[in-house]
Amino acid sequence: MKNKSALTQKLCASPHIVWSAIFIVVPLIMVLYYAFTDANGAFTFENILRLGDYTTTFLRSIWYGIVATVICLIIAYPLAYIIAQSKARVQSTMVMLVMIPMWMNFLLRTYAWMTLLEDNGVINGIITKLGFDGVHMINTSGAVILGMVYNFLPYMILPIYTVMTKLDRSLIEAAQDLGANKVCVIKDVVFPSTLSGVVSGITMVFVPSVSTFYISQKLGGGSFALIGDIIEMQFQVSNNFNFGAALSLVLMVLILICMAVMNRFGDDENAAGGMMI
Amino acid sequence: MKKMSLPSKLYLAIVVLFLYLPIIMLMVLSFNASNSTSVMSGFSLRWYVELFKDEATIQAFYNTLVLAVFTAVTSTFIGTLAAVGIDKMKKGFWKTSLTTITNIPMMNPEIVTGVSMMLLFVFIGSVLKVNGILGFWTLFIAHVTFSLPYVILNIMPKLKQTDVHISEAAQDLGCTKLQAFLKVVLPAIRPGIIAGFIMAFTLSLDDFIISYFVSGPKFQTLPIRIFSMTKKRVTPDMYALSTLIFVAILILLVCVNIFQSKNDNSKLSSKKGAKK
Repeated sequence: MKNKSALTQKLCASPHIVWSAIFIVVPLIMVLYYAFTDANGAFTFENILRLGDYTTTFLRSIWYGIVATVICLIIAYPLAYIIAQSKARVQSTMVMLVMIPMWMNFLLRTYAWMTLLEDNGVINGIITKLGFDGVHMINTSGAVILGMVYNFLPYMILPIYTVMTKLDRSLIEAAQDLGANKVCVIKDVVFPSTLSGVVSGITMVFVPSVSTFYISQKLGGGSFALIGDIIEMQFQVSNNFNFGAALSLVLMVLILICMAVMNRFGDDENAAGGMMI
Repeated sequence: MKKMSLPSKLYLAIVVLFLYLPIIMLMVLSFNASNSTSVMSGFSLRWYVELFKDEATIQAFYNTLVLAVFTAVTSTFIGTLAAVGIDKMKKGFWKTSLTTITNIPMMNPEIVTGVSMMLLFVFIGSVLKVNGILGFWTLFIAHVTFSLPYVILNIMPKLKQTDVHISEAAQDLGCTKLQAFLKVVLPAIRPGIIAGFIMAFTLSLDDFIISYFVSGPKFQTLPIRIFSMTKKRVTPDMYALSTLIFVAILILLVCVNIFQSKNDNSKLSSKKGAKK
């Protein structure tokens, strides 16, 4: 009787299992299949070999992703600490303030930055009114990284904040009682115990930064193509699905490796979406 | 908890300003009298009027809402059942691989998820010799797929918190298994289900990258419409649209927050009452 009920409950998962098999596993096999075939469906290594032409693009994507992630971490960590230290009511308001911009359409937020940064845009308008020379900002690598930082900063703040609220205050007090100064407390007590939040924050900023295409198109003006741009082009412009699949495959493997390395640093029980709502 | 120091406040203010700068600019310029998206030249509501005349955008907005409702209902249904099933599975190879596969859309770069699904749909299309397979149903499938892990993630912890014995007790008292599930387990995990539903709804509403690859010209969602419009120079009616959406979401969030804090307060007071 009991076994039977356990079985029916296990069967509950079957729609999900079927769905995941068809729409998660099979599409990934499709990526593999397309990456190793040509337009006529014959087996080939050509797509993989062609990837060498885009080494600089790959390296640029990874580099920009790393820079954006580091900047996010530097901004977010003290911020999360400040929020977590404040009163409960202030905390929920601050978290709301951080989350609300994420509800604005991502494309429009990026587009808005474009109009802010333009040569005759809002910021340059203010600078020239104050009597200074205008600064060229749009279509630079700085603008692209700014776009990444702006769009993904909340993803760094929220997981770190979540871990910090769970931080045991008596641990800090104990460290202080034992003679630790402020720097020591942060370095030896606070940081190690918030590492899991930092790790999920890093993955949540790094992955979308490396694979983005809209930000680099709008703020980079096409002169700083990232790997996402190349993939997008293969599928939406030049219709070379096979090469696009090869690029996606490499991007996926690359990110899996990064995540595997990251996950060794902290066991992330509450990774990813846990704190998104 | 101590009061915030001045440098902390300043730091907070700077970051918040950074986060809101483009949004404020966007909202201000939506009331622009001219068609510039960077220079304010007078107040007018003309772009809001213009917006409601734009049938393609209104249609896209409607499409987005329909898609989000379909996605949220379906993924909540499948996801709730899946969470119950996974929760009952014994620890081991199958459970680990199932949870890993479930989480793939959450971990993978969105562009890869989008591309992989597009390849599947195009492949099916070429096998069935159907032209233009990309449309509502492909979007729907893709949205359900990437929402499912979030739904399950929201329900799982609630299931772990519920006591198995209560459901067994209900059965001892004469409930059938289905009744026990509906009357005991389901109410216990309801907050998780609601959170999952809201999350699936908003994820679907806001998704651009995956939708971009699995949608066709027949069925446009709002983010895709916005994308095609920002390819050219946009007019402030797009700003008007985003201002409206932003305000709507803000009101919704404030309502949810008030509702939640009221709930918390009543829970708190009932706990206090129990203690007395």
